Amino acid sequence: MKVKNYSINDFFQTIGHSLLSFFAAVGQFSAFAGLSVSHVFRAPFFPKNFLKQIVSIGYYSLPVVGLTTFFTGMVLALQSYTGFTRFNAESAIASVVSLSITRELAPILAGLMVAGRVGASIAAEIGTMRVTEQIDALRTLSVNPFKYLVVPRLIAGTLTLPILVLIGDLIGIMGGYIVSVHVLGFSAGSYLSQSWDVLQPMDVISGLAKAAVFGFIVTIMGCYHGFNSGRGAQGVGAATTNAVVTSSILILIFNYILTQVFFS
Amino acid sequence: MSEAVQTPKISMRDVRKSFGTKKVLNSIDLDVAEGESCVIIGGSGTGKSVTLKCVLGLIKPDSGSIKIDGTEITEMDNDDHEDVMSKFGMLFQGGALFDSLPVWENVAFGLIHGRKMDREEAREIAMQKIEAVGMGRQVGDLYPAELSGGMQKRIGLARAIAANPEIIFFDEPTTGLDPIMADVINDLIVKCVKDLGATALSITHDMASARKIADKVTMIHEGKLIWTGSVEELDNSNNEYVDQFIHGRAEGPITKHANMV
Ligand SMILES: Nc1ncnc2c1ncn2[C@@H]1O[C@H](COP(=O)(O)OP(=O)(O)OP(=O)(O)O)[C@@H](O)[C@H]1O
Ligand SMILES: [Mg+2]
Repeated sequence: MKVKNYSINDFFQTIGHSLLSFFAAVGQFSAFAGLSVSHVFRAPFFPKNFLKQIVSIGYYSLPVVGLTTFFTGMVLALQSYTGFTRFNAESAIASVVSLSITRELAPILAGLMVAGRVGASIAAEIGTMRVTEQIDALRTLSVNPFKYLVVPRLIAGTLTLPILVLIGDLIGIMGGYIVSVHVLGFSAGSYLSQSWDVLQPMDVISGLAKAAVFGFIVTIMGCYHGFNSGRGAQGVGAATTNAVVTSSILILIFNYILTQVFFS
Repeated sequence: MSEAVQTPKISMRDVRKSFGTKKVLNSIDLDVAEGESCVIIGGSGTGKSVTLKCVLGLIKPDSGSIKIDGTEITEMDNDDHEDVMSKFGMLFQGGALFDSLPVWENVAFGLIHGRKMDREEAREIAMQKIEAVGMGRQVGDLYPAELSGGMQKRIGLARAIAANPEIIFFDEPTTGLDPIMADVINDLIVKCVKDLGATALSITHDMASARKIADKVTMIHEGKLIWTGSVEELDNSNNEYVDQFIHGRAEGPITKHANMV
Protein backbone atom coordinates (compact mmCIF):
# COMPACT_ATOMS: atom_id res chain seq x y z
CA MET A 1 0.00 0.00 0.00
CA LYS A 2 2.74 2.34 1.01
CA VAL A 3 4.68 1.58 -2.12
CA LYS A 4 1.65 2.35 -4.24
CA ASN A 5 1.09 5.74 -2.61
CA TYR A 6 4.67 6.58 -3.14
CA SER A 7 4.56 5.74 -6.83
CA ILE A 8 1.37 7.72 -7.39
CA ASN A 9 2.96 10.69 -5.71
CA ASP A 10 5.96 10.19 -7.85
CA PHE A 11 3.82 10.03 -10.94
CA PHE A 12 2.08 13.34 -10.25
CA GLN A 13 5.33 14.92 -9.28
CA THR A 14 6.84 13.96 -12.60
CA ILE A 15 3.85 15.35 -14.48
CA GLY A 16 3.96 18.50 -12.37
CA HIS A 17 7.64 19.02 -13.05
CA SER A 18 7.32 18.50 -16.80
CA LEU A 19 4.31 20.83 -16.93
CA LEU A 20 6.18 23.48 -15.00
CA SER A 21 9.25 23.26 -17.18
CA PHE A 22 7.06 23.25 -20.29
CA PHE A 23 5.37 26.49 -19.25
CA ALA A 24 8.72 27.98 -18.23
CA ALA A 25 10.05 27.18 -21.69
CA VAL A 26 6.97 28.67 -23.36
CA GLY A 27 7.40 31.83 -21.29
CA GLN A 28 11.07 32.07 -22.10
CA PHE A 29 10.38 31.55 -25.78
CA SER A 30 7.63 34.19 -25.83
CA ALA A 31 9.98 36.71 -24.24
CA PHE A 32 12.61 35.88 -26.82
CA ALA A 33 10.18 36.16 -29.73
CA GLY A 34 8.77 39.44 -28.41
CA LEU A 35 12.24 40.91 -28.03
CA SER A 36 13.22 39.73 -31.52
CA VAL A 37 10.18 41.23 -33.19
CA SER A 38 10.60 44.49 -31.28
CA HIS A 39 14.02 44.86 -32.90
CA VAL A 40 12.72 44.32 -36.45
CA PHE A 41 11.60 47.91 -36.85
CA ARG A 42 14.38 49.70 -34.99
CA ALA A 43 17.65 50.89 -36.49
CA PRO A 44 20.47 50.06 -36.96
CA PHE A 45 19.85 47.52 -39.71
CA PHE A 46 22.43 45.18 -41.16
CA PRO A 47 21.60 44.89 -44.88
CA LYS A 48 24.71 42.85 -45.66
CA ASN A 49 23.70 40.18 -43.17
CA PHE A 50 20.18 40.25 -44.58
CA LEU A 51 21.34 39.66 -48.16
CA LYS A 52 23.61 36.86 -47.01
CA GLN A 53 20.64 35.19 -45.31
CA ILE A 54 18.43 35.63 -48.38
CA VAL A 55 21.01 33.70 -50.35
CA SER A 56 21.55 30.97 -47.76
CA ILE A 57 17.88 30.53 -46.85
CA GLY A 58 16.28 31.15 -50.23
CA TYR A 59 18.68 30.46 -53.04
CA TYR A 60 20.36 27.39 -51.57
CA SER A 61 17.00 25.84 -50.65
CA LEU A 62 15.79 25.96 -54.26
CA PRO A 63 17.14 22.54 -55.32
CA VAL A 64 15.66 20.66 -52.36
CA VAL A 65 12.29 22.44 -52.56
CA GLY A 66 12.21 22.03 -56.36
CA LEU A 67 12.96 18.31 -56.20
CA THR A 68 10.46 17.49 -53.44
CA THR A 69 7.59 19.40 -55.05
CA PHE A 70 8.42 18.01 -58.50
CA PHE A 71 8.24 14.40 -57.40
CA THR A 72 5.21 15.04 -55.23
CA GLY A 73 3.39 16.56 -58.20
CA MET A 74 4.28 13.50 -60.27
CA VAL A 75 3.17 11.01 -57.66
CA LEU A 76 -0.07 12.93 -57.07
CA ALA A 77 -0.98 12.62 -60.74
CA LEU A 78 -0.19 8.93 -60.72
CA GLN A 79 -2.11 8.19 -57.51
CA SER A 80 -5.19 10.17 -58.43
CA TYR A 81 -5.24 8.47 -61.82
CA THR A 82 -5.35 5.00 -60.22
CA GLY A 83 -8.06 6.25 -57.87
CA PHE A 84 -10.17 8.18 -60.37
CA THR A 85 -10.25 5.59 -63.20
CA ARG A 86 -12.53 3.57 -60.92
CA PHE A 87 -15.07 6.40 -61.16
CA ASN A 88 -14.28 7.40 -64.73
CA ALA A 89 -13.23 10.80 -63.49
CA GLU A 90 -9.75 11.15 -64.96
CA SER A 91 -10.45 14.74 -65.85
CA ALA A 92 -10.26 15.64 -62.15
CA ILE A 93 -6.54 14.82 -61.98
CA ALA A 94 -5.40 18.28 -63.05
CA SER A 95 -7.54 19.97 -60.39
CA VAL A 96 -6.45 17.57 -57.66
CA VAL A 97 -2.80 18.17 -58.47
CA SER A 98 -2.95 21.94 -58.68
CA LEU A 99 -5.20 22.39 -55.64
CA SER A 100 -3.26 20.06 -53.36
CA ILE A 101 0.07 21.46 -54.41
CA THR A 102 -0.78 25.13 -53.99
CA ARG A 103 -2.94 24.84 -50.87
CA GLU A 104 -1.11 22.22 -48.88
CA LEU A 105 1.84 20.36 -50.24
CA ALA A 106 4.15 23.04 -51.54
CA PRO A 107 4.01 25.09 -48.31
CA ILE A 108 4.31 22.04 -46.06
CA LEU A 109 7.11 20.44 -48.03
CA ALA A 110 9.02 23.69 -48.39
CA GLY A 111 8.50 24.45 -44.69
CA LEU A 112 9.73 21.04 -43.53
CA MET A 113 12.65 20.98 -45.94
CA VAL A 114 13.74 24.45 -44.90
CA ALA A 115 13.28 23.48 -41.23
CA GLY A 116 15.77 20.67 -41.77
CA ARG A 117 18.22 22.66 -43.83
CA VAL A 118 18.02 26.20 -42.51
CA GLY A 119 16.67 25.69 -38.99
CA ALA A 120 19.50 23.30 -38.23
CA SER A 121 22.21 25.51 -39.66
CA ILE A 122 20.92 28.65 -37.89
CA ALA A 123 20.81 26.82 -34.55
CA ALA A 124 24.28 25.36 -35.08
CA GLU A 125 25.81 28.65 -36.15
CA ILE A 126 24.29 30.78 -33.40
CA GLY A 127 24.82 28.00 -30.84
CA THR A 128 28.51 27.87 -31.71
CA MET A 129 28.69 31.65 -31.41
CA ARG A 130 27.08 31.40 -27.98
CA VAL A 131 29.41 28.66 -26.80
CA THR A 132 32.56 30.40 -28.05
CA GLU A 133 31.41 33.70 -26.48
CA GLN A 134 31.07 35.45 -29.85
CA ILE A 135 27.61 36.67 -28.83
CA ASP A 136 29.09 38.19 -25.67
CA ALA A 137 31.79 39.75 -27.83
CA LEU A 138 29.12 41.35 -30.05
CA ARG A 139 27.61 42.98 -27.00
CA THR A 140 30.92 44.31 -25.74
CA LEU A 141 31.40 45.90 -29.17
CA SER A 142 28.07 47.72 -28.75
CA VAL A 143 26.27 45.66 -31.36
CA ASN A 144 22.94 44.21 -30.38
CA PRO A 145 22.99 40.49 -31.19
CA PHE A 146 19.25 40.52 -31.88
CA LYS A 147 19.69 43.13 -34.56
CA TYR A 148 22.87 41.63 -35.96
CA LEU A 149 21.96 37.93 -35.89
CA VAL A 150 18.25 37.37 -35.32
CA VAL A 151 16.47 40.10 -37.28
CA PRO A 152 18.22 39.49 -40.65
CA ARG A 153 17.37 35.79 -40.39
CA LEU A 154 13.75 36.38 -39.36
CA ILE A 155 13.05 38.79 -42.21
CA ALA A 156 14.92 36.70 -44.76
CA GLY A 157 13.01 33.57 -43.72
CA THR A 158 9.61 35.25 -43.71
CA LEU A 159 10.15 36.85 -47.12
CA THR A 160 11.91 34.08 -49.01
CA LEU A 161 9.76 31.12 -48.07
CA PRO A 162 6.71 32.45 -50.00
CA ILE A 163 8.92 32.90 -53.05
CA LEU A 164 10.23 29.36 -52.66
CA VAL A 165 6.66 28.11 -52.39
CA LEU A 166 5.56 30.00 -55.51
CA ILE A 167 8.38 28.34 -57.42
CA GLY A 168 7.45 25.02 -55.79
CA ASP A 169 3.83 25.51 -56.97
CA LEU A 170 4.96 25.86 -60.56
CA ILE A 171 7.37 22.93 -60.41
CA GLY A 172 4.84 20.67 -58.66
CA ILE A 173 2.15 21.41 -61.25
CA MET A 174 4.73 20.79 -63.94
CA GLY A 175 5.50 17.39 -62.35
CA GLY A 176 1.81 16.49 -62.52
CA TYR A 177 1.66 17.70 -66.09
CA ILE A 178 4.62 15.59 -67.20
CA VAL A 179 3.15 12.41 -65.74
CA SER A 180 -0.35 13.10 -67.03
CA VAL A 181 0.72 14.01 -70.54
CA HIS A 182 3.74 11.80 -71.12
CA VAL A 183 2.90 8.75 -69.02
CA LEU A 184 -0.89 8.67 -68.81
CA GLY A 185 -1.47 10.11 -72.27
CA PHE A 186 -3.78 13.09 -71.57
CA SER A 187 -3.92 15.99 -73.97
CA ALA A 188 -1.52 18.74 -72.98
CA GLY A 189 -3.88 21.61 -73.76
CA SER A 190 -6.86 20.39 -71.77
CA TYR A 191 -4.68 19.43 -68.80
CA LEU A 192 -3.19 22.90 -68.61
CA SER A 193 -6.49 24.69 -69.01
CA GLN A 194 -8.08 22.51 -66.34
CA SER A 195 -5.22 23.23 -63.95
CA TRP A 196 -5.54 26.93 -64.59
CA ASP A 197 -9.35 27.10 -64.46
CA VAL A 198 -9.73 25.38 -61.11
CA LEU A 199 -7.28 27.64 -59.28
CA GLN A 200 -8.73 30.58 -57.36
CA PRO A 201 -6.41 33.39 -56.25
CA MET A 202 -7.13 32.38 -52.65
CA ASP A 203 -5.65 28.90 -53.22
CA VAL A 204 -2.29 30.35 -54.11
CA ILE A 205 -2.40 33.26 -51.66
CA SER A 206 -3.26 31.05 -48.70
CA GLY A 207 -0.29 28.84 -49.56
CA LEU A 208 2.02 31.84 -49.68
CA ALA A 209 0.67 33.18 -46.39
CA LYS A 210 1.32 29.80 -44.79
CA ALA A 211 4.82 29.88 -46.20
CA ALA A 212 5.52 33.24 -44.61
CA VAL A 213 4.39 31.91 -41.23
CA PHE A 214 6.50 28.76 -41.66
CA GLY A 215 9.52 30.86 -42.60
CA PHE A 216 9.09 32.85 -39.42
CA ILE A 217 8.67 29.68 -37.34
CA VAL A 218 11.81 28.03 -38.75
CA THR A 219 14.05 31.04 -38.31
CA ILE A 220 12.82 32.06 -34.86
CA MET A 221 13.13 28.48 -33.60
CA GLY A 222 16.65 28.21 -35.03
CA CYS A 223 17.67 31.48 -33.40
CA TYR A 224 15.99 30.68 -30.08
CA HIS A 225 17.60 27.28 -29.68
CA GLY A 226 20.95 28.59 -30.85
CA PHE A 227 20.82 31.48 -28.38
CA ASN A 228 19.96 29.16 -25.52
CA SER A 229 22.39 26.47 -26.53
CA GLY A 230 24.00 24.47 -23.73
CA ARG A 231 27.73 24.46 -23.30
CA GLY A 232 30.11 22.54 -25.53
CA ALA A 233 29.63 20.53 -28.71
CA GLN A 234 26.92 18.47 -27.05
CA GLY A 235 24.91 21.61 -26.25
CA VAL A 236 25.10 22.79 -29.84
CA GLY A 237 24.08 19.36 -31.10
CA ALA A 238 21.04 19.31 -28.84
CA ALA A 239 20.13 22.87 -29.88
CA THR A 240 20.22 21.83 -33.53
CA THR A 241 18.00 18.81 -32.99
CA ASN A 242 15.52 20.79 -30.89
CA ALA A 243 15.33 23.53 -33.48
CA VAL A 244 14.42 21.07 -36.24
CA VAL A 245 11.97 19.05 -34.16
CA THR A 246 10.10 21.99 -32.62
CA SER A 247 9.86 23.91 -35.88
CA SER A 248 8.61 20.83 -37.76
CA ILE A 249 5.90 20.20 -35.17
CA LEU A 250 4.89 23.86 -35.06
CA ILE A 251 4.68 23.94 -38.87
CA LEU A 252 2.22 21.04 -38.87
CA ILE A 253 0.14 22.58 -36.08
CA PHE A 254 0.03 26.00 -37.70
CA ASN A 255 -0.75 24.44 -41.06
CA TYR A 256 -3.92 23.03 -39.57
CA ILE A 257 -4.84 26.30 -37.84
CA LEU A 258 -4.24 28.38 -40.96
CA THR A 259 -6.20 25.98 -43.18
CA GLN A 260 -9.09 26.29 -40.74
CA VAL A 261 -8.81 30.08 -40.89
CA PHE A 262 -8.62 30.30 -44.67
CA PHE A 263 -11.12 27.68 -45.79
CA SER A 264 -13.96 27.59 -43.29
CA MET B 1 41.63 65.73 -0.84
CA SER B 2 40.38 65.45 -4.40
CA GLU B 3 41.68 61.87 -4.38
CA ALA B 4 39.23 60.98 -1.67
CA VAL B 5 36.09 62.33 -3.33
CA GLN B 6 36.87 61.05 -6.82
CA THR B 7 34.32 58.40 -7.79
CA PRO B 8 35.97 55.13 -8.78
CA LYS B 9 35.70 54.11 -12.43
CA ILE B 10 34.48 50.68 -11.41
CA SER B 11 32.91 49.94 -8.06
CA MET B 12 31.55 46.55 -6.99
CA ARG B 13 29.76 46.04 -3.68
CA ASP B 14 28.68 42.71 -2.25
CA VAL B 15 28.28 41.12 -5.69
CA ARG B 16 27.03 37.56 -5.52
CA LYS B 17 26.41 34.98 -8.22
CA SER B 18 25.48 31.32 -8.10
CA PHE B 19 25.02 28.85 -10.94
CA GLY B 20 22.41 26.41 -9.73
CA THR B 21 23.49 25.42 -6.24
CA LYS B 22 27.10 26.35 -6.90
CA LYS B 23 28.15 29.64 -5.30
CA VAL B 24 30.73 31.21 -7.56
CA LEU B 25 30.88 34.81 -6.36
CA ASN B 26 30.30 35.19 -2.65
CA SER B 27 30.36 38.91 -1.92
CA ILE B 28 32.89 40.63 -4.16
CA ASP B 29 33.94 44.19 -3.23
CA LEU B 30 36.28 46.02 -5.57
CA ASP B 31 37.11 49.60 -6.52
CA VAL B 32 39.24 50.53 -9.49
CA ALA B 33 40.16 54.20 -9.85
CA GLU B 34 40.33 56.01 -13.16
CA GLY B 35 43.61 55.30 -14.98
CA GLU B 36 44.48 52.50 -12.60
CA SER B 37 45.53 49.02 -13.69
CA CYS B 38 44.16 46.33 -11.42
CA VAL B 39 45.06 42.67 -11.76
CA ILE B 40 42.99 39.82 -10.36
CA ILE B 41 44.88 36.65 -9.53
CA GLY B 42 43.52 33.39 -8.21
CA GLY B 43 43.15 29.71 -8.90
CA SER B 44 41.43 28.15 -11.85
CA GLY B 45 37.65 28.10 -11.63
CA THR B 46 37.42 30.58 -8.75
CA GLY B 47 35.21 33.01 -10.67
CA LYS B 48 37.61 35.52 -12.19
CA SER B 49 36.03 35.46 -15.64
CA VAL B 50 32.56 35.54 -14.09
CA THR B 51 33.55 38.71 -12.18
CA LEU B 52 34.53 40.48 -15.40
CA LYS B 53 31.36 39.33 -17.13
CA CYS B 54 29.26 40.70 -14.28
CA VAL B 55 30.85 44.13 -14.68
CA LEU B 56 30.26 43.94 -18.44
CA GLY B 57 26.63 43.00 -17.83
CA LEU B 58 27.01 39.74 -19.75
CA ILE B 59 26.07 37.84 -16.60
CA LYS B 60 23.47 39.27 -14.26
CA PRO B 61 24.59 39.01 -10.64
CA ASP B 62 22.07 37.60 -8.16
CA SER B 63 22.56 40.57 -5.86
CA GLY B 64 24.88 43.44 -5.13
CA SER B 65 25.76 46.71 -6.78
CA ILE B 66 28.06 47.46 -9.71
CA LYS B 67 28.73 51.09 -10.62
CA ILE B 68 30.56 52.43 -13.63
CA ASP B 69 31.49 56.11 -13.24
CA GLY B 70 29.07 56.19 -10.33
CA THR B 71 26.11 54.88 -12.39
CA GLU B 72 24.45 51.69 -11.27
CA ILE B 73 24.40 49.23 -14.18
CA THR B 74 22.71 46.17 -12.73
CA GLU B 75 19.26 47.74 -13.02
CA MET B 76 19.72 49.23 -16.49
CA ASP B 77 17.55 48.41 -19.48
CA ASN B 78 19.11 47.19 -22.69
CA ASP B 79 19.41 50.48 -24.57
CA ASP B 80 21.17 52.32 -21.75
CA HIS B 81 23.36 49.32 -21.30
CA GLU B 82 24.47 49.46 -24.93
CA ASP B 83 25.64 53.04 -24.30
CA VAL B 84 27.68 51.97 -21.29
CA MET B 85 29.19 49.15 -23.35
CA SER B 86 30.79 51.65 -25.68
CA LYS B 87 33.15 52.58 -22.83
CA PHE B 88 34.45 49.01 -22.61
CA GLY B 89 36.91 46.88 -24.50
CA MET B 90 37.19 43.21 -23.66
CA LEU B 91 39.71 40.55 -24.48
CA PHE B 92 37.97 37.20 -23.97
CA GLN B 93 39.84 34.28 -22.49
CA GLY B 94 39.07 32.16 -25.55
CA GLY B 95 39.50 34.99 -28.05
CA ALA B 96 35.84 34.91 -29.16
CA LEU B 97 36.75 36.11 -32.65
CA PHE B 98 33.95 36.19 -35.23
CA ASP B 99 34.87 33.26 -37.43
CA SER B 100 32.69 34.40 -40.33
CA LEU B 101 34.68 37.63 -40.75
CA PRO B 102 38.28 38.20 -41.85
CA VAL B 103 40.77 39.21 -39.17
CA TRP B 104 40.87 42.90 -40.04
CA GLU B 105 37.07 43.13 -39.89
CA ASN B 106 37.15 41.51 -36.47
CA VAL B 107 39.50 44.21 -35.24
CA ALA B 108 37.53 46.96 -37.00
CA PHE B 109 34.13 45.63 -35.88
CA GLY B 110 33.58 48.07 -33.03
CA LEU B 111 34.75 50.97 -35.17
CA ILE B 112 32.47 50.14 -38.11
CA HIS B 113 29.34 49.14 -36.21
CA GLY B 114 29.75 50.81 -32.83
CA ARG B 115 31.42 54.07 -33.89
CA LYS B 116 29.93 54.13 -37.43
CA MET B 117 33.31 54.76 -38.98
CA ASP B 118 33.94 54.54 -42.70
CA ARG B 119 35.10 51.01 -43.66
CA GLU B 120 38.34 52.09 -45.35
CA GLU B 121 39.32 54.28 -42.44
CA ALA B 122 38.44 51.52 -39.96
CA ARG B 123 40.48 49.04 -42.00
CA GLU B 124 43.53 51.27 -41.80
CA ILE B 125 43.24 51.59 -38.01
CA ALA B 126 42.69 47.83 -37.73
CA MET B 127 45.86 47.17 -39.72
CA GLN B 128 47.81 49.49 -37.41
CA LYS B 129 46.49 47.64 -34.36
CA ILE B 130 47.40 44.30 -35.93
CA GLU B 131 50.96 45.61 -36.35
CA ALA B 132 50.94 46.88 -32.78
CA VAL B 133 50.30 43.35 -31.49
CA GLY B 134 53.28 42.09 -33.47
CA MET B 135 51.82 40.75 -36.71
CA GLY B 136 52.10 41.70 -40.36
CA ARG B 137 49.35 43.39 -42.35
CA GLN B 138 48.85 40.29 -44.51
CA VAL B 139 47.37 38.59 -41.43
CA GLY B 140 44.45 41.01 -41.70
CA ASP B 141 43.10 39.23 -44.75
CA LEU B 142 43.15 35.75 -43.20
CA TYR B 143 40.24 34.20 -41.29
CA PRO B 144 40.48 33.54 -37.54
CA ALA B 145 40.45 29.76 -38.09
CA GLU B 146 43.71 30.11 -40.03
CA LEU B 147 45.55 31.62 -37.04
CA SER B 148 47.41 29.86 -34.23
CA GLY B 149 46.03 30.09 -30.69
CA GLY B 150 48.52 32.77 -29.66
CA MET B 151 47.80 34.80 -32.80
CA GLN B 152 44.06 34.63 -32.09
CA LYS B 153 44.73 35.91 -28.60
CA ARG B 154 46.66 38.87 -29.96
CA ILE B 155 43.95 39.66 -32.51
CA GLY B 156 41.44 39.54 -29.66
CA LEU B 157 43.59 42.08 -27.87
CA ALA B 158 43.83 44.27 -30.97
CA ARG B 159 40.02 44.19 -31.21
CA ALA B 160 39.65 45.10 -27.54
CA ILE B 161 41.80 48.22 -27.83
CA ALA B 162 40.86 49.26 -31.39
CA ALA B 163 38.26 51.82 -30.38
CA ASN B 164 40.42 53.31 -27.59
CA PRO B 165 37.96 52.35 -24.84
CA GLU B 166 37.97 54.05 -21.44
CA ILE B 167 37.91 50.74 -19.60
CA ILE B 168 39.67 47.62 -20.84
CA PHE B 169 39.31 44.09 -19.53
CA PHE B 170 41.97 41.54 -20.31
CA ASP B 171 41.13 37.93 -19.51
CA GLU B 172 44.50 36.16 -19.42
CA PRO B 173 46.19 38.28 -22.08
CA THR B 174 49.50 36.39 -22.08
CA THR B 175 48.32 32.79 -21.74
CA GLY B 176 49.49 30.75 -24.72
CA LEU B 177 52.12 33.25 -25.84
CA ASP B 178 55.88 32.74 -25.94
CA PRO B 179 57.80 34.73 -23.27
CA ILE B 180 58.99 37.39 -25.70
CA MET B 181 55.58 37.98 -27.21
CA ALA B 182 54.11 37.96 -23.70
CA ASP B 183 56.39 40.84 -22.82
CA VAL B 184 55.43 42.72 -25.99
CA ILE B 185 51.80 42.36 -24.93
CA ASN B 186 52.59 43.49 -21.39
CA ASP B 187 54.23 46.62 -22.80
CA LEU B 188 51.22 47.20 -24.99
CA ILE B 189 48.85 46.97 -22.02
CA VAL B 190 51.00 49.35 -19.98
CA LYS B 191 51.02 51.70 -22.96
CA CYS B 192 47.23 51.61 -23.26
CA VAL B 193 46.87 52.52 -19.62
CA LYS B 194 49.62 55.15 -19.50
CA ASP B 195 49.19 56.77 -22.92
CA LEU B 196 45.46 56.57 -23.34
CA GLY B 197 44.64 56.96 -19.68
CA ALA B 198 42.49 53.86 -19.81
CA THR B 199 41.38 51.97 -16.73
CA ALA B 200 42.36 48.31 -16.92
CA LEU B 201 41.11 45.26 -15.10
CA SER B 202 43.07 42.15 -15.99
CA ILE B 203 43.11 38.51 -15.05
CA THR B 204 46.34 36.61 -15.17
CA HIS B 205 48.12 33.54 -13.84
CA ASP B 206 51.40 34.91 -15.14
CA MET B 207 53.11 36.60 -12.19
CA ALA B 208 55.75 38.24 -14.37
CA SER B 209 52.94 39.82 -16.36
CA ALA B 210 51.07 40.82 -13.20
CA ARG B 211 54.14 42.58 -11.79
CA LYS B 212 54.65 44.46 -15.01
CA ILE B 213 51.12 45.66 -15.75
CA ALA B 214 49.56 46.06 -12.30
CA ASP B 215 49.26 49.10 -10.05
CA LYS B 216 47.10 47.07 -7.75
CA VAL B 217 46.74 43.32 -7.28
CA THR B 218 43.81 41.51 -5.73
CA MET B 219 43.42 37.83 -5.06
CA ILE B 220 40.17 35.89 -5.37
CA HIS B 221 39.57 32.75 -3.37
CA GLU B 222 36.26 30.94 -2.86
CA GLY B 223 34.26 33.76 -4.38
CA LYS B 224 35.78 36.52 -2.22
CA LEU B 225 38.61 38.95 -2.74
CA ILE B 226 40.81 37.94 0.17
CA TRP B 227 43.74 40.31 -0.33
CA THR B 228 44.26 43.61 -2.16
CA GLY B 229 47.48 45.60 -2.30
CA SER B 230 50.05 47.25 -4.51
CA VAL B 231 52.57 45.26 -6.55
CA GLU B 232 55.29 46.25 -4.08
CA GLU B 233 53.32 44.74 -1.23
CA LEU B 234 52.85 41.47 -3.11
CA ASP B 235 56.07 39.87 -1.85
CA ASN B 236 55.50 40.68 1.81
CA SER B 237 51.75 40.46 1.99
CA ASN B 238 51.80 38.34 5.18
CA ASN B 239 49.00 36.39 3.55
CA GLU B 240 49.73 32.69 3.23
CA TYR B 241 47.21 32.27 0.37
CA VAL B 242 48.93 34.98 -1.66
CA ASP B 243 52.35 33.54 -0.82
CA GLN B 244 51.35 30.09 -1.96
CA PHE B 245 49.91 31.44 -5.18
CA ILE B 246 52.74 33.72 -6.27
CA HIS B 247 55.34 31.07 -5.56
CA GLY B 248 53.26 28.38 -7.18
CA ARG B 249 53.59 25.88 -4.32
CA ALA B 250 51.51 22.70 -4.34
CA GLU B 251 51.41 22.70 -0.52
CA GLY B 252 49.57 25.44 1.32
CA PRO B 253 46.26 26.76 2.59
CA ILE B 254 44.62 26.97 -0.88
CA THR B 255 45.15 23.30 -1.66
CA LYS B 256 44.67 22.14 1.92
CA HIS B 257 41.20 23.54 1.91
CA ALA B 258 40.41 22.22 -1.53
CA ASN B 259 41.37 18.72 -0.44
CA MET B 260 39.12 18.91 2.59
CA VAL B 261 36.02 19.76 0.53
N1 LIG C 1 27.51 30.19 -17.69
C1 LIG C 1 27.85 29.39 -16.68
N2 LIG C 1 26.99 28.43 -16.27
C2 LIG C 1 27.31 27.61 -15.25
N3 LIG C 1 28.46 27.66 -14.58
C3 LIG C 1 29.37 28.57 -14.93
C4 LIG C 1 29.11 29.50 -16.00
N4 LIG C 1 30.18 30.30 -16.14
C5 LIG C 1 31.05 29.91 -15.19
N5 LIG C 1 30.58 28.87 -14.45
C6 LIG C 1 31.26 28.23 -13.33
O1 LIG C 1 31.77 29.23 -12.49
C7 LIG C 1 33.04 28.88 -12.01
C8 LIG C 1 34.00 30.02 -12.23
O2 LIG C 1 34.23 30.17 -13.62
P1 LIG C 1 35.25 31.22 -14.21
O3 LIG C 1 35.21 31.05 -15.70
O4 LIG C 1 34.96 32.57 -13.67
O5 LIG C 1 36.65 30.70 -13.65
P2 LIG C 1 38.04 31.43 -13.75
O6 LIG C 1 38.38 31.93 -12.40
O7 LIG C 1 38.03 32.40 -14.85
O8 LIG C 1 39.00 30.21 -14.07
P3 LIG C 1 40.18 30.10 -15.15
O9 LIG C 1 41.36 30.69 -14.52
O10 LIG C 1 40.32 28.64 -15.35
O11 LIG C 1 39.73 30.81 -16.37
C9 LIG C 1 33.43 27.61 -12.71
O12 LIG C 1 33.35 26.56 -11.79
C10 LIG C 1 32.44 27.41 -13.79
O13 LIG C 1 32.11 26.06 -13.90
MG1 LIG D 1 38.65 32.48 -16.74
